[in-house]
Amino acid sequence: MTALLNIQGLHIRAGDKPLVSDLSFSIRPGERIGLIGESGSGKSMTAMAATGLLPVSIGVSGSIELDSQQVVGATDSVMNRLRGAAAAVVFQEPLTALDPLMKIGRQIAEPVRRRLERESGKTSKDVVQREVRDLIDKVALPQPERIINSYPHEVSGGQRQRVAIAMALACRPKLLIADEPTTALDVTTQAEILKLLDQLVRETGMALLFISHDLPVVAQVVERVIVLKNGVAVEEGPVKAVFGNPQHDYTKTLVEAARLFDEALGATG
Amino acid sequence: MSPVETSVSRREQRHSLALTLGLALVGINLLVALLTLFWTPYDPLNASGGRLEAPSLLHWLGTDRLGRDLLTQLMIGARTALLVGTGAVAIGATVGVSLGVLAAFATRLADDVMAATLDILIAFPTLLLAMLVVAASDSASLWTAILALGLAISATVARLTRILAKRVLRQDYIVASRTSGTSWAGVVFRHVLPNIWPTLSVNFALQFGLAVIAEASLSYLGLGAPPPNASWGRLLQEAQGTVYTAPIGAIAPGIALVALVIGMNLLADGLRDIGDPTRGRSR
Repeated sequence: MTALLNIQGLHIRAGDKPLVSDLSFSIRPGERIGLIGESGSGKSMTAMAATGLLPVSIGVSGSIELDSQQVVGATDSVMNRLRGAAAAVVFQEPLTALDPLMKIGRQIAEPVRRRLERESGKTSKDVVQREVRDLIDKVALPQPERIINSYPHEVSGGQRQRVAIAMALACRPKLLIADEPTTALDVTTQAEILKLLDQLVRETGMALLFISHDLPVVAQVVERVIVLKNGVAVEEGPVKAVFGNPQHDYTKTLVEAARLFDEALGATG
Repeated sequence: MSPVETSVSRREQRHSLALTLGLALVGINLLVALLTLFWTPYDPLNASGGRLEAPSLLHWLGTDRLGRDLLTQLMIGARTALLVGTGAVAIGATVGVSLGVLAAFATRLADDVMAATLDILIAFPTLLLAMLVVAASDSASLWTAILALGLAISATVARLTRILAKRVLRQDYIVASRTSGTSWAGVVFRHVLPNIWPTLSVNFALQFGLAVIAEASLSYLGLGAPPPNASWGRLLQEAQGTVYTAPIGAIAPGIALVALVIGMNLLADGLRDIGDPTRGRSR
């Protein structure tokens, strides 16, 4: 089976400063992969590079094949057909990832309408509206009528992230890229969103690239992890193997930090 | 009621008062301008009255030095002012917003060139630019004035649009929208324009007021609409020599000018508050 996302020898640099060096990995259809590392380790840059949305000032070399289409150097119109259909992204901060002046119903309707146009060349308002309602149900948003007619600032953080997930699902992507989707949320909401993502990925059978600095969170939703440090992949393997028996010093530090944190919680709780 | 709620409702009251007053001032002006299309107290060219008559039942605001009814002139001036303001802002908005959005998307070099050009244009005095346009065309007319003022406005609008659009383009929701396959054109019409509109529309109203004043200045200098088109600026200029004997000739167009400009500004503020859905959100 050909890989959905195939990254070979990826280098990303800002001016002279390397952000990602010689990174190679691939994701097969339906596979769930975690990309972990601390802030500034190049995780998000890799995700943006995969959709061809890095700022022009940032240099990319190497090969990124998304759904058998070379992304590095691709024109905007080629990428526009690929974005959404091949990969959709859920971002870290759900407030800023939604247009503050557009009602939520319309924001979800936009990607639905685009997908329908792409698939069948025609759309009708009723079909779009029905899909929007379906998506809102799918991500378990309460009071659909109210949500559809609300602006982003009128709903809670967890609900906003559900809206963002609904917008990503509206594209019916083969690969969902989740860039720290739970980092900006409180712990209970975090757990709910993780459960939702896990369930949706299983139901739809799409592949998942989950980016996070949070080991326990990653361990819950993915099968395989890649550990990034300063833009270099230092360890890669199945979740249990990597976290249960870390080989690289950096991974050991991460695992140890997570364990100490859990113990501290256990001591107080 | 808690003190916080009181202050919020007072603010809202103040806003609605400003909006009402703005609507009234601009509305009256608009009604008068429309009325002149069908009826004026006298024919604007009818010079049958005495020279510089004081206000009377026959001539409510008196007559000018040629014996024409001042109220008639003033009413037609309202039409001229609205026409100039609307026309200049329409030209300025169309050209300015297009250039500004283009600059926001342009490469670094093109953007720098555009920004520098706009800065130079803005530094160029509006009246001087208007005089050049008038000089370049055969003769001064209402349309050369509108065109000149529109071009001057477009530079200011373009610079504002460029800055606002750049700020919006840096937002996460633009990247988020792009990741789902929105084209640049889609980004401009669905996200950028709606998000910069509240700020832009207030600026348009401000520019409308400035255009009305600038047209008055042009007419005052004899570069606006030539007679017999009445303009408040020319009324002021004509009243200049007789301001001590018949002060009403200067006071009336002056008040009309100030009222329209203030009304436009109040209206802009009020409309912005209504148009912003995030208004009054709890922080």
